[in-house]
Amino acid sequence: MTNFDLAVVGGGPAGMAAALKASEEGIEKIVVLERAETLGGILEQCIHTGFGLHYFGEELSGPEYAGRFIKLLEDTNIVVKTDTMVLDIADDNTVTAVNKTDGLLKISAKAVVLAMGCRERPRGALSIAGSRGAGIMTAGTAQKYVNIDGYMPGHEVVILGSGDIGLIMARRMTLEGAKVKMVCELMPYSGGLTRNIVQCLEDFDIPLKLSTTVVATHGKERLEGVTIAKVDEKLQPIPETAEYVPCDTLMLSVGLIPENELSKNAGLTLDRITNGPKVDEYRETEHKGVFACGNVLQVHDLVDYVTEESQIAGLGAAKFIKGEKISGDCIGTNGINGVRYIVPQRINRETDTDVKLYFRVGAVYTNASIVVEANGETILSKKKKKLCPGEMEYVLIKKDVIANLPKDSVITVRVEA
Amino acid sequence: MEKRELVCVACPLGCGITVTLGDGGEVLEVTGNTCKRGDAYARSECTAPTRSLTTTVRVEGGKAYVVPVKSAGPVPKGMMFDCMKVINQASVKAPVKIGDVVIKNVLGTGVDIVATNNAE
Ligand SMILES: Cc1cc2nc3c(=O)[nH]c(=O)nc-3n(C[C@H](O)[C@H](O)[C@H](O)COP(=O)(O)OP(=O)(O)OC[C@H]3O[C@@H](n4cnc5c(N)ncnc54)[C@H](O)[C@@H]3O)c2cc1C
Ligand code: SF4
Repeated sequence: MTNFDLAVVGGGPAGMAAALKASEEGIEKIVVLERAETLGGILEQCIHTGFGLHYFGEELSGPEYAGRFIKLLEDTNIVVKTDTMVLDIADDNTVTAVNKTDGLLKISAKAVVLAMGCRERPRGALSIAGSRGAGIMTAGTAQKYVNIDGYMPGHEVVILGSGDIGLIMARRMTLEGAKVKMVCELMPYSGGLTRNIVQCLEDFDIPLKLSTTVVATHGKERLEGVTIAKVDEKLQPIPETAEYVPCDTLMLSVGLIPENELSKNAGLTLDRITNGPKVDEYRETEHKGVFACGNVLQVHDLVDYVTEESQIAGLGAAKFIKGEKISGDCIGTNGINGVRYIVPQRINRETDTDVKLYFRVGAVYTNASIVVEANGETILSKKKKKLCPGEMEYVLIKKDVIANLPKDSVITVRVEA
Repeated sequence: MEKRELVCVACPLGCGITVTLGDGGEVLEVTGNTCKRGDAYARSECTAPTRSLTTTVRVEGGKAYVVPVKSAGPVPKGMMFDCMKVINQASVKAPVKIGDVVIKNVLGTGVDIVATNNAE
């Protein structure tokens, strides 16, 4: 058994920021456990720019953004173990991991930060008829083929789902000479950032077909084409609109799911909507001393927000280790009327910090207001020119407002159209 | 006079911008932007659109197959595919460091293509 103050599971941007923050706060013995060969997480394959505008005020590519944190980490005494897979987190915060040099590792930690990221929803999560020949893959897998392995997975491409990774891959494949025929989106709006629709699709005249899905794939050994169809308001395909589109590659960009096998095994309850653990304002889960941040907690579209959230978790973990973290009576948070979820799910009434409530809306709104209420009273209301599901929003709640709320209060956030 | 609606791509906020153009195509007014970068983006988009380019370059004699690169500044939008051709014909010898210039002054644009990751 090795002793550490803090064990961080996952060495992506979330894990690195949490570890660095805890180290800045004076925590001495920190270990970061990463199952891949290098630190950086999914950023290593995101070679486009657009990272770090908020945090560094510069437009960096994924590897550059990760590179800055890797450098910062090298200048600390944080222990990094790559090629190390975490298998289990026990009730007493003992972390079990395995790697080639140490074999089975048992780490006793005062606090644990979960930063395992997310993975893409695979095809199995969808119901598309047809064989499973080569040429069907998630957009993230295609991103790895092209950007890491230097290999083009196809030449005539249809993309299902207009999430950011799908949009980015539409441009990437086009630049490398492939023909991207279309991006189909089941919903009447895109799930990606507007800037990506402009610079990844419109720049290259790639059609975005809204309210459209892929109903069947064709081809035995290799994909030869797909059948697409429009959907009605209930998202059911309309048979008369079916159309055959020849292609050799179908990329799926249909959402990300937090990687929470470890969290579930550790007995943490997951939020029904975010699929991440339920946390307080310092991102402490329901298990004392276990914190969570980054995409394992909620799917982020901007890595800058991942960094910000992970610093909160790192600070929380440091406070916990030093015995300074407040945990007592909590008030709850709840998203209603168009607000799908809120992170954090609870806030300590005597908290020592102002709290940002992060949320996503379930539809597109223009000129709407975000209204925050508790016990029938409005705490704040904020006008928004535009709200859309693809972009995470937040409202800031002052700590004295929180302190003045009675026990068992619930703060609700809603959209007023 | 002509009005053009744009979405600013200079940062992920994606502000909607309205540009008023004169008869000779000159920019008369820019509204809707939240910051200065939006103004600059809208002006360049209506006169000489540019984009930054990110892709990969083949690595020789190393463990990595390719190394990611970017244009150190924006290149004319119409030249993206020509730049890609040049970049796809190039290769670099391992090891490569973040920031290394892989191609100098690509196609006379005055913009260098630089590595955005290390490669061994
Ligand atoms: C395929 C894909 C592409 C993306 N592209 C973009 C993009 O273009 N732009 C953008 O802004 N965002 C993108 N995202 C979102 C991006 O994931 C976040 O911005 C950010 O990288 C999340 O950071 P993270 O540290 O939470 O997760 P990650 O970067 O995913 O890091 C999690 C790390 O934990 C490790 N890990 C997981 N389980 C274990 C375990 N049991 N033991 C040890 N280590 C473990 C993983 O190996 C990984 O390195 C993408 C996400 C995916 C899945
Ligand atoms: S105008 Fe400024 S804030 Fe708005 S998208 Fe452009 S760069 Fe971002």
